[in-house]
Amino acid sequence: MQSMESTRSTRSLSFPDKVLHRVFTHLTSNEDRNSVSLVCKTWYNADRLSRSKVSIRNCYSVSPEILVRRFPNVRCVTLKGKPRFSDFNLVPPDWGADVHAWLVAFADKYPLLEELSLKRMVVSDESLEFLAFSFPDFKRLSLLSCDGFTTDGLEAIASYCKNLTEFDIQENGVEDTSGSWLSYFLESFTSLEVLNFANLSSEVDFDALERLVSRCKSLKVLKVNRSVSLEQLQKLLVLAPQLVELGTGSFSQEFSAHQFVDLESCFSSCKNIQSLSGLCDATARYLPAIYPACANLTFLNLSYSAMGSDELDELLMHCPCLQRLWVLDTVGDKGLEAVGSNCPLLEELRVFPSDPFDDDTIQGVTEAGFLAVSFGCPRLHYVLYFCQQMTNAAVATIVQNCPDFTHFRLCIMNPRQPDYLTNEPMDEAFGAVVKTCTKLQRLSVSGLLTDLAFEYIGKHAKNLEVLSIAFAGSSDRGMQCVMEGCPKIRKLEIRDCLFGDAALLSGLDKYESMRSLWMSSCNLTMDGCRLLAKKMPRLNVEVIQEDESDDSEADKVYVYRTVAGPRKDSPPSVFTL
Amino acid sequence: MGTTSVATELRLGLPGTDDHQMEEQALSSVRNNKRPSPDTVDDCGVQGKSEEVTPVAKAQIVGWPPIRSYRKNNLQQKKSESDIGAGIFVKVSMDGAPYLRKIDLKLYNGYSELLKALENMFKFTIGEYSEREGYKGSEFAPTYEDKDGDWMLVGDVPWDMFISSCKRLRIMKGSEARGLTSCGL
Repeated sequence: MQSMESTRSTRSLSFPDKVLHRVFTHLTSNEDRNSVSLVCKTWYNADRLSRSKVSIRNCYSVSPEILVRRFPNVRCVTLKGKPRFSDFNLVPPDWGADVHAWLVAFADKYPLLEELSLKRMVVSDESLEFLAFSFPDFKRLSLLSCDGFTTDGLEAIASYCKNLTEFDIQENGVEDTSGSWLSYFLESFTSLEVLNFANLSSEVDFDALERLVSRCKSLKVLKVNRSVSLEQLQKLLVLAPQLVELGTGSFSQEFSAHQFVDLESCFSSCKNIQSLSGLCDATARYLPAIYPACANLTFLNLSYSAMGSDELDELLMHCPCLQRLWVLDTVGDKGLEAVGSNCPLLEELRVFPSDPFDDDTIQGVTEAGFLAVSFGCPRLHYVLYFCQQMTNAAVATIVQNCPDFTHFRLCIMNPRQPDYLTNEPMDEAFGAVVKTCTKLQRLSVSGLLTDLAFEYIGKHAKNLEVLSIAFAGSSDRGMQCVMEGCPKIRKLEIRDCLFGDAALLSGLDKYESMRSLWMSSCNLTMDGCRLLAKKMPRLNVEVIQEDESDDSEADKVYVYRTVAGPRKDSPPSVFTL
Repeated sequence: MGTTSVATELRLGLPGTDDHQMEEQALSSVRNNKRPSPDTVDDCGVQGKSEEVTPVAKAQIVGWPPIRSYRKNNLQQKKSESDIGAGIFVKVSMDGAPYLRKIDLKLYNGYSELLKALENMFKFTIGEYSEREGYKGSEFAPTYEDKDGDWMLVGDVPWDMFISSCKRLRIMKGSEARGLTSCGL
């Protein structure tokens, strides 16, 4: 027996590299890849030479030099930069995360680069031009929540990336100087499969768009911006009935029955649509035109369309396969009742506020709407819900109905608001969530919360990876419970809580296994941060000091693990301790 | 808070508020607490509401609620555009009530349905309407602000004209209401 075992182990050591590489190419998840690289030196090398996709979720955790040295054959890169709270204006605009240095390193070591996905990075027009010139094989570009570029940069991509298949520009801070970038695609260019410019504001050259759609026969995803009218949309649909994902522009115009019939027949020929978005200003008159295309719809994004409850009800009756739904709270609780009645397969629901800064109007959705959805949609596992009022009892019932939540993001918009019926803190609500939803990975809490809520989280949320906290907690103990209790915590973002240095230091053992920690407007001091930096040299402890407030206080603190050391591109307002 | 100087102003809205200003104010600036001070509230239609909700200094907080800038800008853009959307949402205020409501005028087929809905919402009764005398038999009168910024009595114009020109509703109370009804608009 033993001799057989030892033969077996020697055999695996002399496995030809090529075979190992081949086996590893079937490992697609980065987690698996990271695990195999730890087995032994041979496997580490096999992984590093065969890895073609890397995902760097914090661009400062590693340097371009380290990356290209370890993985020489990469073709696809994902880079994420700024802390998430930069989306809400909490991070100074010059904070960093400029992609250029990465592009320079890639141009040198990854000339065959095909794919680049950037999130919350700063991208200049020069960088886009550099990208267009440096990578002849470049195929897929995705920019999400980035800033620093204008439509001029897009012109360069359109002009020079001859093999481009995906061009996805989403929710970025783009300076939109003109819509002429579309006309820069060459007449010989036909490879486009994904085109998303839904969030650009200027009028595009429609003729150029029409010609582009007409010659790109493999186009699967088309999301246009508001400047594209209903009439123009029709022309595009006739040219591309094979679309799988469609984002419309403006969905209203002077009504004519003839126009409606034409539009409806256009949608009838679109048999493959699985995802629909846009529908800006959709009126009750034209909305029914899309019903014929909804039979296979799995994702419906109405978050840019102020729809009422009746329109939504009728629309949903035509979407039997719906799995993901995004709406504005104009649909009201009544609209959400319609969701509960019509969407038994629903897995994800996001309800965005239509009027978030107006809090003396009773409007939007309440706990009633959420309850109605939970009764009708037992498969619900992802929710993002903005509301003005909530109760502990409602949340407890909701999670009883839907125990499989993986992502529970509840935003009661008035900070520190208690249960509006009992006037108690919302501790029991989130207690119910973590006790019942054992698969919970991401949690955003809100409302009036004491340390008890965090005791519950620390005790029960054993799979929690991402936690967002605002205006909550009664003492340092709250944060301590989380740091000591949640073994899988990766990202922690905290704002406006009274957690102080003791709370910060309670996580000493955890920070190296986490991606990052953000704390702003809490009770941290520079001394506390310095102590953390001293004890944990492999963390970057950054303090953002924007105004001339008290020098001893640390208003915004960002802590992350890194193998690249303190960064060299910090602006004057950021100090790495 | 400055409510003393503002309370004496002739304004159509809650004390200490100015809706248009709210929308334009920079995110980081502080705004007044919207709750009306006790001496300006005669008869709070919503029982004890001001005690129930936890008093939080309602500063216009940076980055709250947490919505991406792109989406926020989009919402503000929509508000300034004319509403040709599926619903015609207008705000309704009632003198003495601390919170406004929002209703969709498209849901109603005419004035009687609208007025019934308002009576239910704010728990009051509107008097009998006559073209000559306005609303009699109650201390309340429903009014609306039209496209030109004028305040009119609800019911004076045909329904279709009303819903296309109505920007907001206000249920006036007391002498102001009587003044409007008797001035023969």
